[in-house]
Amino acid sequence: MSEAQPNPAVQVRKRRGAELVLIVVALAVAVGAYAIVGITVTGKLSQQVLSYGAGLAILVGIAHVIVRIMTPYADPLLLPCVVFLNGLGLALIHRLDLTKIENARANGESLPRADAPLQLTWTAVGVAAFILVLLVIRDHRRLQRATYTALFAGVGLLLLPLVPGLGVRFQGAQIWIRFAGLSFQPGEIAKVCLIVFFAGYLVVKKDALALAGRRFIGIDLPRGRDLGPILSAWLISLAILVFQRDLGTALLFFGAFVVLLYVSTERPGWLFVGGGLFAGGAWFAYIAATSLHIPQFSHIANRINAWLHPFDPQYREGAYQIIQSLYGFAYGGLLGRGLGEGHPNLVPLAKSDFIIAAIGEELGLTGLMAILVLYGIIVERGLRTALVCRDHFGKLLATGVAAVFAIQVFVVVGGVTKLIPLTGLTTPFLSYGGSSLVANWALVALMLRISDQARRPATLPAAPTEDALTQVVVRR
Amino acid sequence: MSELTLTIIKLGFLAVLWLFVLSTVSVIRSDLFGSRVTPPARGERRPKPAKPTRPPRRRKGEPSAAVVVQGASAGLQVPLGDTPLAIGRGSECELHIDDEYVSTRHAVLRPQGGTWYVEDLGSTNGTFVGESRIHGPTAVGSGIPVRVGKTIIELYK
Repeated sequence: MSEAQPNPAVQVRKRRGAELVLIVVALAVAVGAYAIVGITVTGKLSQQVLSYGAGLAILVGIAHVIVRIMTPYADPLLLPCVVFLNGLGLALIHRLDLTKIENARANGESLPRADAPLQLTWTAVGVAAFILVLLVIRDHRRLQRATYTALFAGVGLLLLPLVPGLGVRFQGAQIWIRFAGLSFQPGEIAKVCLIVFFAGYLVVKKDALALAGRRFIGIDLPRGRDLGPILSAWLISLAILVFQRDLGTALLFFGAFVVLLYVSTERPGWLFVGGGLFAGGAWFAYIAATSLHIPQFSHIANRINAWLHPFDPQYREGAYQIIQSLYGFAYGGLLGRGLGEGHPNLVPLAKSDFIIAAIGEELGLTGLMAILVLYGIIVERGLRTALVCRDHFGKLLATGVAAVFAIQVFVVVGGVTKLIPLTGLTTPFLSYGGSSLVANWALVALMLRISDQARRPATLPAAPTEDALTQVVVRR
Repeated sequence: MSELTLTIIKLGFLAVLWLFVLSTVSVIRSDLFGSRVTPPARGERRPKPAKPTRPPRRRKGEPSAAVVVQGASAGLQVPLGDTPLAIGRGSECELHIDDEYVSTRHAVLRPQGGTWYVEDLGSTNGTFVGESRIHGPTAVGSGIPVRVGKTIIELYK
């Protein structure tokens, strides 16, 4: 049993060097992609490569130094993976910009605005948020005190787009706010708040929620009186669906809540309850839209019809995006057309929702798999952090962050590849979109903070109860 | 630009993409298998309760594990070797119990001649074997509840 005692000869490897090497490789890939698309689309090396590479390298360098100072024991893989995805996303957005500009030039139109510089600016904001989270939150357990503050902040942010004059409707969904000329998706920040709330709430309530109720085909279902929280989460998700017409966000929040409920109570019954509620809600929405013709649900019917019958002329219009994206994947094949050699611009919203289609077309299945493996690594590191973490709140928080990334990637990639109905969510770090980028960088910072505490040698931070005086048992 | 160059660029980029993925995987690999604990060199250890790879050989009939059967840390299981085991709330204890009625170093379990003895280390609330409070090393057979604070520990075969 000598192994359980801290051994001075054994040092915890911080692996910051490995992180640096991986970051350099990731930067090289991103800048390489940026250079390649310039050469293949316009025929010459674009002169912005240097400024772009330097900008990205400085941002990432600062982030790395902050990680070295603030969280020396943090997981070494998260930051490189994020840098890789963010850098590749920037290169793809630049590639789509170039085609748009070429097309405009060929047609003699006025040149459209390039989105890549804006996305680089948002990356800078994201890295700033990352650093801020690392500097401000020295101990993730502090966040537990803000459980209900986080709830109100999250719900408030979710409701913000519904405020008249502030909210903007785009593509049917009312999830943007426009403020001082910038449009922002408050739901992305709400995501961070709600994960904190879910974790803090379930840490306190998990024992009550873990009580088993009726047993049904070998599964312990939860007790009826404990269904309150999951029902409210379900109703809030349905409200998002109806009033903001945002299927993706509704699915994301409800899914994350059910996952955390399952993880905190260790009761698979919750997964069945959650799955049943979700299936019931989806079925109700579909019936409400197709048979009852309730206009609030029409977009869901469109999405489901476009998913089931994309090539049916009746639904051709609604399924246009999916058809284009499927053609893109088919054209890309196993190895892809090569960066800058395909036509990803033919897919609507190629920069944001359909960036996966652009990757599938230009990098093929081989490239797409690499991207998916990277997302898998991010999620795995998150769950690993949760396993190693010593406090329950940190465990749930890390699981929540990992679950959000996993659900988001699954929903987006599943939607674009026609595995599930298409829902509007951004691909984390790849897609064009400032709010999502900033929120995801903040989430990664949170994960690094937890993993730093989890991987720190056990002797340094004493568990909170260890220093307290032993309570005396009172005998009556 | 010739078709060949483009193909080379395309395949090269895919190769670099996977190179990155594989190098991240190799970092994970060294995380899993890289516990090189060569005496003066650096090794890696995760700060979680390390599992001994193989419990030392023991004779038949001797308890093989101490299990927390009741209390906040219920389910915690520590294999018994041939070294003493400290029970307490401190993180340096082998049987680290998250129970505020347990002292930092509460009791110790030690083997002698094939039998395990529990001894109180001057704890605040005392140690109980069965129903009675112990005042010296007391033999503990498997299945006999040892109570520290609000936690009950049993030895299992």
